[in-house]
Amino acid sequence: MRYIPASDADRRAMLSEIGKNSVRQLFDSIPDTLQLGRPLDIPHARDEWSLLEYFERLAGLNRRHAVSFLGAGVYPHRIPAIVDDLVSRSEFYTAYTPYQPEIAQGTLQAIFEFQTYMAQLTGMDAANASLYDGSTALAEGVLMAHRITGRKRFLCARSVHPEYRMVVETYSKRLGLSLETVGFLDNGRVDTEDLGGRVDDDVAAVVVQSPNVFGTIEDTFALAEPAHRHGALLVVNIAEAASLGVLKGPGMTDTASRRADIVVGEAQSFGVPMSFGGPHVGFVATGRERVRQLPGRLVGEGRDRDGNRAFVLTLAAREQHIRREKATSNICTNQSLCALMSTIHLAALGPAGLRDLALENVQKAAYVRRRIASETPHRILFDGARFNEFVVRLDDFEGTWERLLAEGVVAGLPLVRWFPELEDALLVCVTEQHSMEHVDRLLKGLAA
Amino acid sequence: MTRRDRVARHASLNERLVFEKGSPGRRGSDLSAADFPRRELSELIDDELVRDSIDGMPSLAESEVVRHFTRLSDWNYHVDLGLYPLGSCTMKYNPKVNEKIARMDGFADLHPYLPESLVQGALEVQKRLEECLAEITGMDRVTLQPAAGAHGELTGLMMVRAYHESRGRGRRSILVPDSAHGTNPASARIAGYEAVHVPSNAKGTLDLDALDRLTNPDVAGIMVTNPNTLGIFEGEIARIAERMHAIGALVYMDGANMNAMMGVARPGDFGVDVLHLNLHKTFSTPHGGGGPGAGPVAVKDALAPFLPAPLIERDGDGRCRLDDERPESIGRVKAFHGQFGMHSRALAYILACGPNGLREASETAVLNAAYVRSKLEGAYHLAYGAPTLHEVVFSDRFQAAHGVHVMDIAKRLIDYGFHPPTIAFPLVVRGAIMIEPTETESREELDAFIDAMLKIARECETDPDRVRSAPHTTRVGRVDEAEAARKPVLRWRPPAGPAAN
Repeated sequence: MRYIPASDADRRAMLSEIGKNSVRQLFDSIPDTLQLGRPLDIPHARDEWSLLEYFERLAGLNRRHAVSFLGAGVYPHRIPAIVDDLVSRSEFYTAYTPYQPEIAQGTLQAIFEFQTYMAQLTGMDAANASLYDGSTALAEGVLMAHRITGRKRFLCARSVHPEYRMVVETYSKRLGLSLETVGFLDNGRVDTEDLGGRVDDDVAAVVVQSPNVFGTIEDTFALAEPAHRHGALLVVNIAEAASLGVLKGPGMTDTASRRADIVVGEAQSFGVPMSFGGPHVGFVATGRERVRQLPGRLVGEGRDRDGNRAFVLTLAAREQHIRREKATSNICTNQSLCALMSTIHLAALGPAGLRDLALENVQKAAYVRRRIASETPHRILFDGARFNEFVVRLDDFEGTWERLLAEGVVAGLPLVRWFPELEDALLVCVTEQHSMEHVDRLLKGLAA
Repeated sequence: MTRRDRVARHASLNERLVFEKGSPGRRGSDLSAADFPRRELSELIDDELVRDSIDGMPSLAESEVVRHFTRLSDWNYHVDLGLYPLGSCTMKYNPKVNEKIARMDGFADLHPYLPESLVQGALEVQKRLEECLAEITGMDRVTLQPAAGAHGELTGLMMVRAYHESRGRGRRSILVPDSAHGTNPASARIAGYEAVHVPSNAKGTLDLDALDRLTNPDVAGIMVTNPNTLGIFEGEIARIAERMHAIGALVYMDGANMNAMMGVARPGDFGVDVLHLNLHKTFSTPHGGGGPGAGPVAVKDALAPFLPAPLIERDGDGRCRLDDERPESIGRVKAFHGQFGMHSRALAYILACGPNGLREASETAVLNAAYVRSKLEGAYHLAYGAPTLHEVVFSDRFQAAHGVHVMDIAKRLIDYGFHPPTIAFPLVVRGAIMIEPTETESREELDAFIDAMLKIARECETDPDRVRSAPHTTRVGRVDEAEAARKPVLRWRPPAGPAAN
């Protein structure tokens, strides 16, 4: 086996040095009755080239050349070549968690930079070293709000990504937390009146997403106030982090009552391939007084014995390897390499590049939306402001959908799978990656 | 030359934070704006929601970005450089071809919400991986949704709970051995259970008498790591499973140490009802500096109804489809389809090894650990005398007599060019040194490591100060972790004036 250096001669020599006759003897501690005693029934070994052929065939079954206007939590953005080149360095991708800071300063400093970028973008004081993804970050944000307030009732906007809500539901019901949903208005925003009427002194947090699953931008500052009046927290989820290139982060206000308490999200938009939905990179950010309640790893700045600046995993007293069942979370790892992708991409973008990227998304999506409204028989739903997604209700859904698909265009995501009242509605995402030719193909298919 | 001198001399050793570099006006990324009519931004988004600037975000040219991260990378130890013997972490070689596979057109750029007919290749990768993992573990069904080992634990325990609830009563507690990884009790709590600790016996295995005393109808199950974190196979596992099943409780296995027994023994054959695997350990996907990992969960049929939705089913014509109609499912534990990029790599590893290669991997991993054990025994105190499999745990007892502790030994090993083993874990061994060489190390690399460990043992007697002040060769010296935690600095802020945010 090419990944294993030991030859038969090596094995014999090593066995004889340790006084054993056979490899089999090394497994004497496993009772005979528990040993398998036959070869595993899996396919026989392939050489490197036949392995590549096998996967090339499977990759070819995925119709990647379709023009897709899918978003909904996973966004097609351009990724500069330097991202993959740098994360392909063995020094980064074959290292482990930076337990030994003296020989892991590269990973540690890069994570510290990621934490800083996330704090800057969200306008919060501090962010963690990343979490598995946006959906689990939201679940962790909800558990964190429960720890801080001691309350068990949550009001969650229906316009939070439904798969995120399902994950929160899975986590919260085992801990006796209740998750009530709040509806949305005709403009796509959360129903503030309904929300205001239901938030009371039992509510741990109000949970919203911006831009929400319909692409509508929420006014999180206005949503913070009713929550705070009752001692509840505001948890904001950001599934499309590129929106922060143009939108204020939920922490960007001098008025404490208008500021979000916990901001979670997904940074896939920065340099991480879509990869069929993972691995991506979640984050959680909060105010400085609550950093000790954060889940997951944190990197801090410190000094070495000689007084040099050095970075190190810190506040480990929150974590499972010290606190065991009393830990803030059971999480052991972060998504370091994906966080590194985001950090490299953000470094390459800089403030001007990020702004350009965000504006291109806003303008192009708005342009396509205008054209659909004026050139096709379909109806635009939700008139609120948006970043790069919008909803259109199709006239003759089946016919239009199939016609576009036959032309190699996946026009968006049918929302009826999550919202029965949004039958025939498509969530359409337009980013900088869509060319004018893609847009024309979409329009042609929709107009026909 | 002292460390300070070196830091002063080399630009590459003085790389600052990205926020301290660059200059306004530089660009590392261009975007040619497409030609279409635009509107004023204020017509599209309310002014008060639009940000003016991103305070403190630096502007660098592409070449500067590349140099910055290349310099950072140079400060990392990594498995392509040398032995990385972290116990229970299985730092094996990460095959290069797997990286190429995960990046293929058609995998890397695939959107998870494409219609099923357009993602048959991706679903086939996942289904085939599920089938292989079921055979390797002797279990019936597998979910690939969990993102990491601890996430798999949580998923498995939620299923244990759902199983009991479906029989009328969720039960209250989970038994967790005192040698278990810290994620075990933490996961139990988040699944809504109380973690009850089971002591190990003098042989380093589960104490059956203690287990009997702790067993009662409120016990939902036990979490067993097998081989355990001492590298010892729990030989009584079948009896433990019988006792648990007799009271209607379930057996959860932490599969972190599956690298000890691929093709040799299968958890499904010794009474395990549910287990998680770590693809980033046993199945060679890269650790990435601390993630992404992937933590599939395998179950016996009795627990299959509770698996997270959706599952991939194969239709009669061989096509795969996502089955969301699972009324007893615990729900989703992650959006989309799990860490797909790790699934393709893990499947590539399994298919490259085949049945014989996987067995050879485990056999060699065990042989390498036995070899290291035999060579270091005597110089280091062996925590337990029982036979071990893929890893071995020593302690610093002999060295502590000279005032040198496990942390010092670890740091000194860095000077010899090796990543230290896992230290101070498992908690049942004071001053633990937990060594897992894996199968992908050559005999020469093992000999060099053994030689370094033996030299350090001698240094502890002859020159303990040299060990206590290690490392001496790294860019930074020992970091004051306690001080860093006392006044945590978790982000960069501009040096002058009040904080921007």
